[in-house]
Amino acid sequence: MTEYIVLSAILFTIGAVGVLTRRNALVVFMCVELMLNACNLALVTFAKQHGNLDGQIAAFFVMVVAAAEVVVGLAIIMTIFRTRRSASVDDASLLKY
Amino acid sequence: MIAFWVLAPIMVVAALGILFVRKAVHAALLLAVVMVSLAVLYLALEAPFLFAVQIIVYTGAILMLFLFVLMLVGVDASDSLVETIRGQRVLAALGGLVLGLVLVIGVAQMSLGAVTGLEVANQDGNIEGLANILFSRYVFAFEVTSALLITAAMGAMVLAHRERLTPKPTQATIAADKVKAYAERGQHLGPLPPPGVFARHNAVDTPALLPDGTPAEVSVSRVLAARGVVRQPPRDVEEHERQQREQQLERGDER
Repeated sequence: MTEYIVLSAILFTIGAVGVLTRRNALVVFMCVELMLNACNLALVTFAKQHGNLDGQIAAFFVMVVAAAEVVVGLAIIMTIFRTRRSASVDDASLLKY
Repeated sequence: MIAFWVLAPIMVVAALGILFVRKAVHAALLLAVVMVSLAVLYLALEAPFLFAVQIIVYTGAILMLFLFVLMLVGVDASDSLVETIRGQRVLAALGGLVLGLVLVIGVAQMSLGAVTGLEVANQDGNIEGLANILFSRYVFAFEVTSALLITAAMGAMVLAHRERLTPKPTQATIAADKVKAYAERGQHLGPLPPPGVFARHNAVDTPALLPDGTPAEVSVSRVLAARGVVRQPPRDVEEHERQQREQQLERGDER
């Protein structure tokens, strides 16, 4: 079972690096999804390891929250794109000044 | 276990691809690869319900939503490679490497012991087992989920809503504007000429010819003009016809 957790850790790390390095807001969002998926894999693995279904329920709730988060997040990206004509995270910097 | 060793390299390569591809659409497709592979791993981990949910909700709904927004935002929008914070990319990669090493070494050192397996928990079927827990121990969380979903739906509607600042043009105002443009600038009242009218060729990239033989600029799409692929009707078309005639002659010789 350890190898599943290792895979989950690797995917989580790749997602985290993607969030830090990519500039396109949509790709950053996809990397967040990748991190959530990696966590789900760990949860399902632990469910099998310990022989109860609580881990699978937790993964199920993570999916629900991810769906809700994507809906609102993409709506925000669309609104920013409509006003600033750009999907880059660097352009949304008004709070800095 | 075979499924894992086949899919794990694919998933890692696809996930790394998300970091390096320039276009967001390619990143979305690579993410789809990761998610579908993950669904198969769920099947191997005795979670058939999550397998279905992963494919339907993640690959089906969430990823399609991503692609919709990508099409709205513009498929060509690719990342700029200019760093706004100096050294941020290198530091992020370094930090990610450290995080990954710590996680992997830490996980590799722990021993999870014997796998219990889900045979007992799944004996009435995986979905029945999940439902039993979901509607007893986690029923409050399940109810709260409904509040979350309705909030998300309301939020998306509020964010996507745009107030109309100018009145919508009616057919009467459009007609009045056209007549006004005719009175002031002599702009033609009727529809624009289609491409290829009176020309030697009827392709969309061949402008119509005016009675004096000059091409009518308004008869081809502005997009084609911007790309610079509009043909010059008399010259290009005659050249094309001459080539075709020569080819036919050559074929005739071969026979």
